[in-house]
Amino acid sequence: MSVQVVLPGVLADLAGGSKHLDVEPPGPTLADLLDELASRHPLLGRRIRDETGQVRRFVNVYVDGDDVRFGEGLATTVRDGAEVQVLPSVAGG
Amino acid sequence: MTDLLAIGTRKGLWLARSDDDRRTWTVDGPHLLAQEVAAVCVDTRGDRPRVLAGIQYGHWGPTVMWSDDLGATWNETDEGAIRFPEGTGDALARVWQLRPDSADRPDVVWAGCEPHSLWRSTDGGRSFELVRGLHDHPHRKTWEPGGGGGAVHTVVPDPASDRVTIAMSTGGVYVSEDGGDNWEPRNRGITVTFGPDPLPEYGQCVHKVAVDAGGPQRMYAQNHFGVFRTDDGGGSWNSIAEGLPADFGFPIVSSPTTPGAAWVIPLVADMQRVPPGGRLRVHRTRDAGESWTEFGAGLPDNAWTAVMRDAMCADDRDPTGIYFGTRDGCVYASADEGETFTLVADHLPDVLSVRAVRLP
Repeated sequence: MSVQVVLPGVLADLAGGSKHLDVEPPGPTLADLLDELASRHPLLGRRIRDETGQVRRFVNVYVDGDDVRFGEGLATTVRDGAEVQVLPSVAGG
Repeated sequence: MTDLLAIGTRKGLWLARSDDDRRTWTVDGPHLLAQEVAAVCVDTRGDRPRVLAGIQYGHWGPTVMWSDDLGATWNETDEGAIRFPEGTGDALARVWQLRPDSADRPDVVWAGCEPHSLWRSTDGGRSFELVRGLHDHPHRKTWEPGGGGGAVHTVVPDPASDRVTIAMSTGGVYVSEDGGDNWEPRNRGITVTFGPDPLPEYGQCVHKVAVDAGGPQRMYAQNHFGVFRTDDGGGSWNSIAEGLPADFGFPIVSSPTTPGAAWVIPLVADMQRVPPGGRLRVHRTRDAGESWTEFGAGLPDNAWTAVMRDAMCADDRDPTGIYFGTRDGCVYASADEGETFTLVADHLPDVLSVRAVRLP
């Protein structure tokens, strides 16, 4: 099973400069995918989730175009071939 | 010799240097652009000065970063310098205070954080361990967040003993006599205006605490209304606000070398939180709060701004230098104990933290 993770430029530097990563998660959920991503790129993992494992408040994660915050969250099933996009939310000032 | 002033703002860090005995300053920056720097310190105990910054990286979370080359390069650990242990259910929200311990404890650095927590590093600030004695304190669940968040924002280790004094908004002043294992509130005499009991055991919104140069038993507190002094290590506090134009404010700074000397910047409150009449002024006591003198040379009128709790500091020079930054991005320095100020920088983002050291 392979999933493509799409990162914003500001996070790509933490993954060797690539905005597109092919990740093979050990399990079927978004949490499994993010765990695998964090094991490969710890700093990247810490930017996306806090130490409790929750996605940071102003980070949005989309699985095949759907915001997981309005769905199953970290329990969202990620299918083989899915695209998982990480984006900063509208925030700041 | 160079004097260094680190300026943490809502959107980055600036470093100002003076090579002419604090008369003129050259400002270098921004460093860490777009990162909130609510806490900064310059640790001069090692071979090279280390700048530690408690940052909030926009959407991507808080951590502690350090630079051993005065901002040219920055480092952070992969795991994050401050992480709540599994099982606590807490996540770091902001680093409010970074405080190197004494020269006798060369690698010890303290951090005060949001949510209410105290952390201790034994590797110069690369990584911190949660001080469990405070985290497990039975009062903790009743400490409420102030307007800026619930945090340990003041950490004062005593260089001559195992005493550590902290202050929290809200929570008040707590003291440990054994390096952090056990804590007790020491707020008797500090008033509360936002609850039914004006003198509770704890729960005060103490904005800042400073220790007098004469010894650890005498401390000063700028409270959420009220300025206080203790002469018995926090056992009891008495008002020293008489003579000030307002008893609200955020910072209070003491001289590290001159007993009895302390500075505040009064604000009209509760709703306005601006200098009285818009006149930005520093008030100094040289008799431990028995009397205050206002100074304004070099400071503006029509300044409808405020100074945050860590945006004011003293250096350890003689005479004591006083530094502060405002929410409208101006930074002022005084080389004569606050009597006259020069403008170091303006048009910066909101100034959240300043620290001054003489580089070795």
